[in-house]
Amino acid sequence: MERILSSSLRIANRLLQDNSITATELTEACLKRAKQTTKYNAFITLTRNEAKNLSEASTQRYREQKPLSEMDGITIAMKDNFCTKNIKTTCASKMLENFTPTYSATVYDRLIGAGAVMIGKCNLDQFAMGSGTIDSIYGPTKNVWGFEDEDFYIAGGSSGGCAIAVSTGACFAAIGSDTGGSTRNPASYCGLVGLKPTYGLVSRLGLIPLVNSMDVPGILTRYVDDCVTVLNVIAGHDPKDSTTLTKPYRKISLPSANKLGVKGLRVGLPVEYYSSNLDEEVLEVWEEMAQLLEDHGADVREISMPNTEHSIVCYSILNQCEVASNMARYDGIEFGFRADINTSTEQLYATSRSLGFNDIVRNRILTGNYFLLNRNYEAYFNQALKVRRLILNDFDKAWEDVQVLLTPTTLTTAPKYKEFKNKTNRDQCAFQDYCTQPANMAGVPAVSIPIKLSGSGMPLSIQIMGRNLSEPMILALAKFIESKVKFVQNSPLS
Amino acid sequence: MFSNLKFPKCSLNGISRCRNFSTDKWKSVVGLEVHAQIQSTSKLFSGSPTEFTNPVNRNVSLFDAATPGTLPVLNKRCVEAAVLTALALNCRVNPISTFDRKHYFYADLPAGYQITQQRSPIACNGFIDFHVYAPGVHKHSYAARSCIKQIQLEQDSGKSLHDETRSLVDLNRAGVPLMELVFEPDLCNGEEAAALVKELVNVFECLQTCSCKMEEGALRVDANVSVHKKGQPLGIRTEVKNIGSIRAVAAAINYEIQRQIALLEVGENVVNETRSWNSDSRVTVSMRDKEEKQDYRYMPEPNLPPLYIAMGPTTWGCVNAEHIKKLIPQLPHEIRKHLKEECNLTTEQAIILVNELKLLRAFTSISLNKKLNATLIANLLINDFLSLVNKEKMDLDGITINPSFFGDIVELLQNEMVSHKSVQFLMGEMLKSTSKTVKEIVACHDLLQINDENEIRRICEEVIEDNPKMLQQYLKGKKKVFKALLGIIASKPDSKVNMKKATELLQNVLDNLKK
Repeated sequence: MERILSSSLRIANRLLQDNSITATELTEACLKRAKQTTKYNAFITLTRNEAKNLSEASTQRYREQKPLSEMDGITIAMKDNFCTKNIKTTCASKMLENFTPTYSATVYDRLIGAGAVMIGKCNLDQFAMGSGTIDSIYGPTKNVWGFEDEDFYIAGGSSGGCAIAVSTGACFAAIGSDTGGSTRNPASYCGLVGLKPTYGLVSRLGLIPLVNSMDVPGILTRYVDDCVTVLNVIAGHDPKDSTTLTKPYRKISLPSANKLGVKGLRVGLPVEYYSSNLDEEVLEVWEEMAQLLEDHGADVREISMPNTEHSIVCYSILNQCEVASNMARYDGIEFGFRADINTSTEQLYATSRSLGFNDIVRNRILTGNYFLLNRNYEAYFNQALKVRRLILNDFDKAWEDVQVLLTPTTLTTAPKYKEFKNKTNRDQCAFQDYCTQPANMAGVPAVSIPIKLSGSGMPLSIQIMGRNLSEPMILALAKFIESKVKFVQNSPLS
Repeated sequence: MFSNLKFPKCSLNGISRCRNFSTDKWKSVVGLEVHAQIQSTSKLFSGSPTEFTNPVNRNVSLFDAATPGTLPVLNKRCVEAAVLTALALNCRVNPISTFDRKHYFYADLPAGYQITQQRSPIACNGFIDFHVYAPGVHKHSYAARSCIKQIQLEQDSGKSLHDETRSLVDLNRAGVPLMELVFEPDLCNGEEAAALVKELVNVFECLQTCSCKMEEGALRVDANVSVHKKGQPLGIRTEVKNIGSIRAVAAAINYEIQRQIALLEVGENVVNETRSWNSDSRVTVSMRDKEEKQDYRYMPEPNLPPLYIAMGPTTWGCVNAEHIKKLIPQLPHEIRKHLKEECNLTTEQAIILVNELKLLRAFTSISLNKKLNATLIANLLINDFLSLVNKEKMDLDGITINPSFFGDIVELLQNEMVSHKSVQFLMGEMLKSTSKTVKEIVACHDLLQINDENEIRRICEEVIEDNPKMLQQYLKGKKKVFKALLGIIASKPDSKVNMKKATELLQNVLDNLKK
C-alpha cells in the first residue's frame, strides 16, 4: 500500500478496478499518510468523515463494477480557496476562518461527480496573495525536499499546501489556483507537474477570486498522465461562469511515451527570460532541455518577447486593483469575521477589515484603490491594460514562429524560509513570478515539469507554454520530457 | 441657513406660462435620471425571484449576498427588455456594451460595488416626445422633447432599515434589474418633467418592460435642477431624490426652482448637493450623508464578457435587435395620432385617454361599435365618467369599465333616448357593479325620454297654462322668461322630456300664442 501512495493515478485506478485494493483502504492509507506528515503543514482541514463516506460509496461502486470514471476512488485535495459545501473554506485568513460555504465550486462538484475522494483542504497564502505559502494564519507550509525542522525550504505558493499534499503521497492530485504562477511555482519547487490551463477552460465558480481576469484552477500531480486525467474531469463550459469557453471540451488522450516524438516541433526560447537573476543551475537545465529537444529533431530557436520586462509591474497593478475590488465584500455583514463594534456601520467595517486581513492584503487593497481613483485610472489601470495588450501581442507574434515556448518556471530552486521571509511580499512575488505571470496576462496554458535535482538536492523544473487551448500539445511535450528525464523516481519519500 | 427665507409651497407663480418658461430674470434647467426596474421574474445576474411581496430576505441567492466565489450570469430577459425600451425611445443600441463596477461601502450593497454600465452602455442618443398638458395650469397642450443621453443596465441595491439602536438589511431588492435612463437637461420646469415621466410610464406600460409602480420603487426619478439668468452660463445644480409620484415630480422640482431663485435673489449661493423631497412637508431637504463627494473607483467588471447585440440577420450575440424591433407595439404617440386622425378627437382628448390606460382601453372597445360617435364616447369617458369617479372618491385603478354597458349608455344618449341626467345615473349604477342591463335599469327606473312631439307639446301648453303671469311677461317682450319656463319643464318631478325638442316646441307654442 505504501508504494501505491507514490504511484500514479493510473496504477491506483487499475488496482481499484481489479479489486487488489478498495477505495476505502486507499483513502485510509492516504489519511494516515497525511497524519504522519503533518509537520510539513500541507492541510488546513482534513476531511476525514467526508472522505470516509465518499470512499465507501466508491468501494460499493467498484464492487458493483460501476465506477464513475478513471478517478473513482482516487484521493485528491483542494486548495482552501475553493468553496466546498458544508466544509470550512478559510483562504488561510482570519476573515474567513469560520466561513462554511453552502455551495461547492464547479471544479469540486465535477471531481466528486467523477468519484474522486477529497481528503482535505490545503494551506495557502492568505487569499492566495503570495508565492511562498508562508503568509497563512495556520503557519507556513514546509517543503519535503531538503527538509530540516528549523531550517526548511519553502514549498512555493500560493498553492504550497497542495504541492506538499501531493509530494507526501497523501493524495494523487490536488487542485490549486494559478493567478501569476501559484500552481506552477510550488510544482517547480516540489518536483511536481503543475498545469495552468487556458483561461476560460476550467470554471472559476466557487474559486474565491484573487484576480478574476487571470485566475484559473490549476492541477498538481506527480505525473503528466495524471494531470491529463484530472483536466479531463474538470475542464469544459460552465453556464455559471460566463468567462468559460462555450466550445465543447474534447478530452485529451496522450499516446504512450515511446510513441511520442518532437521531430519538427518548433520550440521558442524567449531571450527576455534570460534574467540576470536566473540561477546558474536553472539556466543549465533550461539549456539541457533545449538541447534534448533539438537532439530529438525539434526546431529550437531563440525568439524575442520584448514586453516581458514590463509584465511584472503591469501584473502588480492589475492584481492590486482587482484585489481592492474583490475584497470590498468582506465587511463583516453577510459572512466572515465581524468585529465586536456597534458604534457605527463605518466603524464596524473598518475594524472588521483591519482585524480580518493581514498587512499584505490590506496593503494591496489600499494600493489598488489608489490606482482606481478617478484621477489615477488612466495613468495606472488603463495604462496597465494597454501593456497587458502588448504582452498578449508578444505571445501572438511568437505563435507565428513557434508552436511552444520553453522557459524556466522559477528563477531559482526553492529558497530557504529564513531568507525568503525577510523580503517584502512584493519582492517575493516580483522575483518568483517573473517567468510564470506572463502566461496569466495572456491567458495561455502553461505546464511546469520537474527535470532533476540541483547540487543541493532541490528540484529543478522547466515550463512549457503554448497558445490558447494547446493543452494537448504542451502536455504531450511534457510527457515526452518526463519520459526522458525520469524525475519522479527521486522523490524523497518513496 | 434657510430659515429666514419663505418659499411658497409648490407655487406655480411665474413658472407656468409656456415652454420657454422664465420669470423676468431667471431661467430654470431640469434634467432627469430615471431608474426603472425591469419587469422580470428573476434578477439581473442571479436566479432569485424579484417578487416584491415576498418576505424579507427571501429573494436572496448566494450571489445576491456577495458570497465569495459566486459569479454573475446575465439575465437575457433583461437585455431584451432594455433593447426593446431603447428602440421604442429612439436610441442607438450599441452592438457591444460592457459592465463596470461602481464601488462604495454601504450595508445594503453586499459586494461593496454595484455592477453597472458606466463607460459603454447598452444604448444611447435617444429621445422621447411628449405633450405638456396640466389642466388648470395650461389652457392648451404643447409638444416637447427630451433627449436621452444613455440607457444602462445595472443592479439595484438592497434596503437598509434603521431604528434607534440598530440597522437591519433586506437584500430582496439587491440585484433586481434596473434600466437607468439619463436624460439631457433640456426641461424647464416641474410640469414638463412630470409630463415626461407620465409619457415614459405610458411607454413602459405599452412595452411591459417596467411595472412603473412608484409606490414599490419600481420607477424612481431623480431630478437635476439649476437656475441661471438669461444669457449667462448654467447655475450650480442640485440633485433632488426620493420623488415618489408623478405629482411629486412637478411639486419637488418647482419647489427646488423657487428655493434656488430665492437664495440667489438675496445674494446667497446654491450648493452642489443631493436633496431629498419630503412629501409631507413638501420641501426639499439636504441629504447630509450624500454630501461628501464620492470617488466610485470604476473598474471594468472582469467576470462578465462584453455584451454583444446582433443587429442584422445574424445568429450570434445575446439578443437580436432586429427581431426585437418587430415586437414594438403601438406606442403612445402613435395611439394619440390614431385617436386624432381616425377618431377625430382633439389633441387634449387624445392626451388624456392615452394617459389613462383604463379609459383608453374602454374607449377602444366601446368605439368598436361604429354606430357610436367617437367624440361622444370620449367626452362621456373624460368628463362625465371621470368626474363621477372623482366625486365618488374612487380610484380609477380599482374600477372595471364594462364596455358593452357603457356602449349601451352612449347609444341611448346618442339616439336621444335618455337625458344627460340619466346618463350620470346609469354610470353610477355601473360603478355599483349592477347585474342588470342598461335596458333593464332604464325600464325599471322609467328613464326613457319623452320624444313624442304631441306629448311634449301638451306638456309645454300645460306649463304655460299653469303660469299665466309668466306668459304675460313673455308676450310683453321679456325674453328671459323663456328660460324660466324651460326650467319648469325640466324640473317637473320625473321629467323625462327631451329638452332639445322641448325647447323647439315651447318656442313654437309661444310663437303661435303671439300670433
